[in-house]
Amino acid sequence: MTRKGMNRRQFLQGSALATAAALGSGALAGAARALAAELELSTLDPKTAAGLLVMTRRIYPHDTLADQYYGGVVEALDEAAKADPAVAALLKDGVAGLDLPMEMAFLELSEGNQLKVLTGLAGTPFFQKVRGTAVVALYNNELVWRHFGYEGASFPYGGYLHRGFDDLAWLPQPPEDASPKAE
Amino acid sequence: MATYDLTDDSVVVIIGSGAGGGTLANELCQKGVPVVLLEAGHRYTIDDFHNNEWEAFGQLSWLDKRTTSGTWRVAHDFAGLPAWICKTVGGSTVHWAGASLRLQAHEFKTRTTYGEMEGANLLDWPLDLAELEPYYARAEDKMGVTRTNGIPGLPGNNNFKVMYEGATRIGYKQVHTGRMAINSRPRDGRGSCLQLGFCFQGCKSGAKWSTLYTEIPKAEATGKLELRPQCQALQIQHGPDGKVTGVLYADKDGQQQVQKARAVAVAGNSIESPRLLLNSATSQYPDGLANSSGQVGRNYMRHTTGSVYAVFDRPVNMYRGTTMAGIIQDEAGHDPSRGFAGGYEMETLSLGLPFMAAFLDPGAWGREFTDAMDHYDHMAGMWIVGEDMPRGENGVTLHATEKDQFGLPVPNVNFDDHHNDEAMRNHAYKQGRAVYEAVGATRVYEVPPYPSTHNLGTCRMSEKARDGVCNKWGQTHDHANLFISDGSQFTTGGAENPTLTIVTLAIRQAEYITDQMGKNAI
Repeated sequence: MTRKGMNRRQFLQGSALATAAALGSGALAGAARALAAELELSTLDPKTAAGLLVMTRRIYPHDTLADQYYGGVVEALDEAAKADPAVAALLKDGVAGLDLPMEMAFLELSEGNQLKVLTGLAGTPFFQKVRGTAVVALYNNELVWRHFGYEGASFPYGGYLHRGFDDLAWLPQPPEDASPKAE
Repeated sequence: MATYDLTDDSVVVIIGSGAGGGTLANELCQKGVPVVLLEAGHRYTIDDFHNNEWEAFGQLSWLDKRTTSGTWRVAHDFAGLPAWICKTVGGSTVHWAGASLRLQAHEFKTRTTYGEMEGANLLDWPLDLAELEPYYARAEDKMGVTRTNGIPGLPGNNNFKVMYEGATRIGYKQVHTGRMAINSRPRDGRGSCLQLGFCFQGCKSGAKWSTLYTEIPKAEATGKLELRPQCQALQIQHGPDGKVTGVLYADKDGQQQVQKARAVAVAGNSIESPRLLLNSATSQYPDGLANSSGQVGRNYMRHTTGSVYAVFDRPVNMYRGTTMAGIIQDEAGHDPSRGFAGGYEMETLSLGLPFMAAFLDPGAWGREFTDAMDHYDHMAGMWIVGEDMPRGENGVTLHATEKDQFGLPVPNVNFDDHHNDEAMRNHAYKQGRAVYEAVGATRVYEVPPYPSTHNLGTCRMSEKARDGVCNKWGQTHDHANLFISDGSQFTTGGAENPTLTIVTLAIRQAEYITDQMGKNAI
């Protein structure tokens, strides 16, 4: 996945979305549309992208994780749609279908009602495609690792041998016969 | 490195270059036997490995089409990925964690020890621990197993500290950093462990034993080995006398070739090995080679596994350091008072963030899931690995319609837990939870088995030809010059990570093959 346009998204995240979050979900919908419109997408239309962005956020909600990272999932879905017209149709029709269960636009629903809609769709190929893509694209993004305290590749830094592999200090040190000192 | 003509029928052809095939190749070459080693995967070097879970997964894993069936959860969550094993020179020794434990004496005699168990196809091995002990010793020396041969244990990481304290607080006594084929100090031309935390992704320090950079180059140095990477065996051929004559394979350009052979050893891991025998059916052997018993592909075992992850108030950073250098062995014995036969080990385990997301609760979503993920750096984790029951219907069959890139039927892997497996896993979850709660876990997650890393039993050893596929040397009952050289030989699985036993059997098998060749018996 390419990471083009990150600066632009970071800028957007810092302004529009932060403001929107303070204003509540209606404004968040507007911000999602704005961010989705800024993603560099080849295949998905802005309405589909905005729906997928909010849907992904509801599937894997991390309150302190900025929307730009969920935008990365939309980009991954766009790649899949580009590669396979059937996926493009699945996503477009799927997002359109999110508006049906409550007879209201999905993006305008409360968080609780959005969850209700998604729960009803959880077994569908559309939902599974989005969730299956998101679980890789969201958590495999090196930029989100810091949020979770995961440090990624260690070999370039000589591993953790001298960088805290055994730095846990809130429990006693095991005896040497169980855990010899590093040679 | 040697090169052999396709028509040279003096060579031993070995299929698969992992723990069984890679070791057998070196052992035979050291004795002067010419060997052609066919490996379906690429040959990489340590420099090619990635400290990145999904990249390494894509690089190393066997991802050819497979299907699944049965009630195991893997068939639902990972329908096309029954096993997490490798397609690369070195096989799954590139990916393994390094835990190197001997089977226990009673685990060779499960039918005798556990008795008749309904729904289980238990059988005693045709050999015992005493017979294997000298070979275990040689395997441990070859692999540089810690806590053997005067090699010190590895230093415990953060994950081990949590395990040790919790385990000893609830009374466990056998808790240490394991017997690991990972150098705790430089040995055999390889350096010591850098605590990288990427054991499963190919060890970039080379501290972990793998046939890729131990057995195979040593075999090449004898001038007796020709390794052919990207060469996938399609069919083993035989003559009218029942002896095998060669192997049909697809080379790196997709061209089909036949390598003639004096003997053939199959070491493709417990899904591909039986598949190859089944795909080798002829009018003379309509059920496949070595299958007069009908046992090829049956009795598939994957160990009773599961994981326990626990969240603490303070950070752990379990992903730092050797993944599996920590073990509790107190539950490994056979104690039927617990409500099940056989035993299990508890071993430290960590996944990086990307794989934790994929495997913590496959398919889960919503706040409960993300709340767990938000505490990733405050988690400790362990893997449960215990003996599972062999069942006749658990196993590998050829798919009726699905074909692979060579037009051959893909394997289907069917698996249902035995009640004994469920009872053991239930006990292990409770004990794992108790370990972590003893040191203040605020939440505990019982994680279901991953796609199988320990694949065993589909060409099992048996004393009588009617009960299994091969004898105690791994020699098939039906074809004197056809051998099984991987974990599919296992009659039963034991509680221990299988690699050490696979290597041990390969060392012993090399002596037998050489002896039989010397006597012109094969």
